[in-house]
Amino acid sequence: MIKIDSVSKRFGDFYAVNNVSLDIEKGEFLGLLGPNGAGKTTLIKMFIGLLKPTTGIIYIDNKKMSRNNMEVKKKIGIVPQHTNLDKELTVYENLIFAAKLFKIKDYKKRIEDIISFMELEGYKHKKSMNLSGGTQRRVMIAKALIHNPEIIFLDEPTVGIDLNGRRKIWDILKTMQTMGKTILLTTHYIEEADYLCNQVCLINEGKIFKKSTPKILKEELGIYTLEYFDKEMKTKYLYFKDKDSGENYVRGIENISYTIRKTTLEDVFYNFTNRKVE
Amino acid sequence: MEVFTVLWREYIFFKRRFLKITTSAIMIPVLYLIAFGWGLGQDVVIEGATYMEFIIPGIIALSTMNTSFNAVAIRINISKLYERSFEYYLTSPINMYLLALGHILAGALRGMYAAVLILSVSLLFGVKLHIDFYFILICFLNSFLFAAFGYGAALSIESHYDMNRFTTYIMTPMLFLCGTFFSLKSLPPMVKGAIGILPLSHTSFSLRQIVLKGQFDHKSIIVLLVYSIVFYSFGVAMSYKEMK
Repeated sequence: MIKIDSVSKRFGDFYAVNNVSLDIEKGEFLGLLGPNGAGKTTLIKMFIGLLKPTTGIIYIDNKKMSRNNMEVKKKIGIVPQHTNLDKELTVYENLIFAAKLFKIKDYKKRIEDIISFMELEGYKHKKSMNLSGGTQRRVMIAKALIHNPEIIFLDEPTVGIDLNGRRKIWDILKTMQTMGKTILLTTHYIEEADYLCNQVCLINEGKIFKKSTPKILKEELGIYTLEYFDKEMKTKYLYFKDKDSGENYVRGIENISYTIRKTTLEDVFYNFTNRKVE
Repeated sequence: MEVFTVLWREYIFFKRRFLKITTSAIMIPVLYLIAFGWGLGQDVVIEGATYMEFIIPGIIALSTMNTSFNAVAIRINISKLYERSFEYYLTSPINMYLLALGHILAGALRGMYAAVLILSVSLLFGVKLHIDFYFILICFLNSFLFAAFGYGAALSIESHYDMNRFTTYIMTPMLFLCGTFFSLKSLPPMVKGAIGILPLSHTSFSLRQIVLKGQFDHKSIIVLLVYSIVFYSFGVAMSYKEMK
């Protein structure tokens, strides 16, 4: 569905994305997981035609992505990191505007369906500037879905949203996945990637260094993590296939302060980069 | 289609802010009319007309310029840098030249609205002007070209503060120098020649010729049309530049 081949993006001497190749299958829910400045947003901006790759090619549904490729633009929906709503317009007017831009003929029915799907009935005639962050984000998702795209790009869709709002958005994204949409999500929330994505790409300093399912990534490292302080009072991590192996390891060490817990994607990321995601 | 979509959105914006837009469009021209028309120019006769009759075409020229420039520049500036809604256009399947045209036409219509307001206000000041098709055409072209300039200018900058550069170094000098408040005849030939190239000079001159003498110079239409095309192209080019 999406293929990128040796894509790089350079700003001056700095490579924000460096020689990245990636295949995303139809129906895949892929999470791009990495810390701030890892190159996630740059990569997504190249996917949607806002940035032109310095080198390499991006194909969406076997068609080369470019700023003028209207056919490809009709197939993708975008939820950017920053709110992109027209603040003077109501929720309903924002959706009419989006529908008109995408030249949807019977847009009234479509808008009603989307409003119902996103549970926005109570906000229909409220100006978007008066909505909470979580509701604004749901309107943005509604806007992105207005033309029923096959592929949806979400750039940090839950950043700055409270837990309730985040859970609501997660439910929507899960439903979208069951509808067969191909979804690419960037996030630096570990639990978000873990809960939503069936594939995760770990990205750091502009490079993708691992792609797999969250389960396999954790299994490869070890399902249990032993976290302890060494003699210099630095936190150390060791990974084990089972809890007993971890317990056995610490048994022979005197005066050790430790925790044994389930391995997370954060541990996987840290193991590769010596850097935390959040 | 894109043009009408943008016009529809701008109409909603206009409708919601009707009072604010109207009062701000009237405020400065009324001050000019009071200060320069009633106050300063009470006993002044210039080019065979009262000073009030002389400056009203100039004020229409500068108001259509300011209103259309600001209407587009501020909207685009906010949509690009604050609301980030401009990005949405860039990722939608729309033609940039039609998108630009929609915004510019909306700005031009706001300029025309300002012209109508000033004409109405001038009636209150006891001045009834001769208006014909060419008068409306010149007003529209002036509004269109400055709306186009505002569109390109707003897209060419990366900070709200940079917008001041355009108003300080381009719009304000034109506002005062392009024959809006005085006749260019009194200026040294070199200065007059340089100022005469500017679009607002053509607008002020043409509107005044129509109002005071019932005459019209077709050359001005060509000049304003050329400026319109150049600024429109600049705006479209800046839209594409947004996709780096």
